[in-house]
Amino acid sequence: MTDIIRARGLVKRYGDVTALDGLDLTVPKGTVLGLLGPNGAGKTTAVRILTTLLVPDAGTAEVAGIDVGADPVGVRERIGLSGQYAAVDEHLTGFENLDMIGRLYRLGRDVSRGRARELLERFDLAEAADRPVKTYSGGMRRRLDLAGALVAKPEVLFLDEPTTGLDPRSRTELWEVIRELVQAGTTVLLTTQYLEEADRLADEIVVIDRGRAIAQGTADELKVEVGGERIELVVERDDEVPVAREVLSELAAGDVQVDDHTRTLTAPASGGAKTLIETLRRLDARGVSVLDVGLRRPTLDDVFLSLTGHVAEDGTEPAVAAAAATGGAP
Amino acid sequence: MSAAHALQDGAIVAKRNLIKIKRVPEVLVFVLISPIMFVLLFAYVFGDSIEIPGMDYREFLIAGIFAQTVIFGSTFTGAGLAEDMQKGIIDRFRSLPMSRSAVLIGRTASDIVYNLLSIVIMALTGLLVGWRIRSSFLDALGGFLLLLLFAYAFSWIMALMGLIVPSPEVINNASFIVIFPMTFIANTFVPAENLPGPLRTFAEWNPVSAVTQAARELFGNMPPEAAAAVPDVWSLDHPVAYTLIWVVGILVVFVPLSVSRYKKAASK
Ligand SMILES: Nc1ncnc2c1ncn2[C@@H]1O[C@H](COP(=O)(O)OP(=O)(O)O)[C@@H](O)[C@H]1O
Ligand SMILES: [Mg+2]
Repeated sequence: MTDIIRARGLVKRYGDVTALDGLDLTVPKGTVLGLLGPNGAGKTTAVRILTTLLVPDAGTAEVAGIDVGADPVGVRERIGLSGQYAAVDEHLTGFENLDMIGRLYRLGRDVSRGRARELLERFDLAEAADRPVKTYSGGMRRRLDLAGALVAKPEVLFLDEPTTGLDPRSRTELWEVIRELVQAGTTVLLTTQYLEEADRLADEIVVIDRGRAIAQGTADELKVEVGGERIELVVERDDEVPVAREVLSELAAGDVQVDDHTRTLTAPASGGAKTLIETLRRLDARGVSVLDVGLRRPTLDDVFLSLTGHVAEDGTEPAVAAAAATGGAP
Repeated sequence: MSAAHALQDGAIVAKRNLIKIKRVPEVLVFVLISPIMFVLLFAYVFGDSIEIPGMDYREFLIAGIFAQTVIFGSTFTGAGLAEDMQKGIIDRFRSLPMSRSAVLIGRTASDIVYNLLSIVIMALTGLLVGWRIRSSFLDALGGFLLLLLFAYAFSWIMALMGLIVPSPEVINNASFIVIFPMTFIANTFVPAENLPGPLRTFAEWNPVSAVTQAARELFGNMPPEAAAAVPDVWSLDHPVAYTLIWVVGILVVFVPLSVSRYKKAASK
């Protein structure tokens, strides 16, 4: 398999801040790489370097066999970028936005128009095509931005946090669109703060923290490293907590954590749903009333805690961090 | 990247900017109201208290207001670019295989349209308050072209500012601080010879004075008596040449600076 993205030792500093600290990346053709990390990890910086928007202080990168520094225009002809914030012109209509991009790719008037209509249709924006983007919802803007990245049918697609800030439904819709693109053969590098998103879309995940890759593997491999899924259950009465704890420790793959105040118990469950069912059976047999129970997939926070021993620290966007934490719960 | 590509891409970007005029006409209304207000305020508030030898103050005033307004018009370039930076649109452009100077060429070109519209409105207002063109059609046309050309050069300075500042608001405030003194310490609203010492020297060599003086002469708003009172310095004796020197100088310095800044532009 040929590697369509290859980056070696990327370094980028902003004053005292080292945004990238020797990052290596390899993405085989036709696959999806998920770059997973908290706010400030260096995801956007990596994407900006690979898409020729930023020159690294050190390191080399090749995209589609072309050196990013030596022939940036050649790279730009082969990539599509959908940045962290939808870069669409509010005053233009959806159609005008895409047509403008097509013309700037020198598609020619008719081809450009045809392509714009085709993409609007495909991204479920045909109805809104001739309305100014100002009237679009967040999800519609994001789809239009993604459509903009696809105008010239790029070989490689860069998506920087494509679903951050979207409601769950728009997120699922966008996932669907990205999956279709991948099926059609596009190579994708996407960044995300959600383990679940990387899990759904990526063949391979690179976890980055402070500009360095700290882990790499498939979603399953990472989850095993993190301890996989956890059972989380809430019992009705205080006196049931010790019993539940006993049952859980018989079945769990590790320590049981108990929060007496909320009567919540959690424990790693290596057997997934089977373990969950067995737990419920035994709890029932001993007369414990369960208020709430579920299998919780590990979140980015869990991944970080186990990989780095510290919680994904940052604090610039607490709302996003909170969303990432709940994003992993089924 | 060839010059033809730069112009072709620039035209696409300019078209995009012009669509905005159509979609947000409110902006245009404000662009046009302020020169009207200036013409009326100066004509009627100061009109009778400022004496110009051999001519009516209103006739003297109009060229000055033209100059001030088109220079303010150039802040659109900066504000527009700053806004595109802030919204990530520059990133999108920079990720396309388009010409590196096209966004700036397109932006500065579409802002000529703003300036053209405001000149038309000001000229009409001027005619209403008694301003007249007393020269030939060609001379007058030359006067308007010189004003637009000067504003065009100035918009490249603003383009650089727009790429540097963190938000469009900064442009609007900063340009106020620069443009107000530049356009007031000049012969725009009062004759340069009326200004005290150092201000007078500044005004004499201020390119805004030159472009104003040139416009006055080309519109035929400079009767001999008034012309005799104009300070005898090279810049005001040869206002067209002096203005053109500034235009070329500004373009030679600021076009490459802006383009190189654009290449490195990092969105906020
Ligand atoms: N233009 C810039 N100037 C200064 N610091 C920056 C700039 N861009 C990014 N950084 C810093 O570099 C680090 C990585 O940022 P970024 O790549 O945007 O992270 P992410 O996309 O993972 O949130 C952060 O600490 C950020 O504050
Ligand atoms: Mg980012």
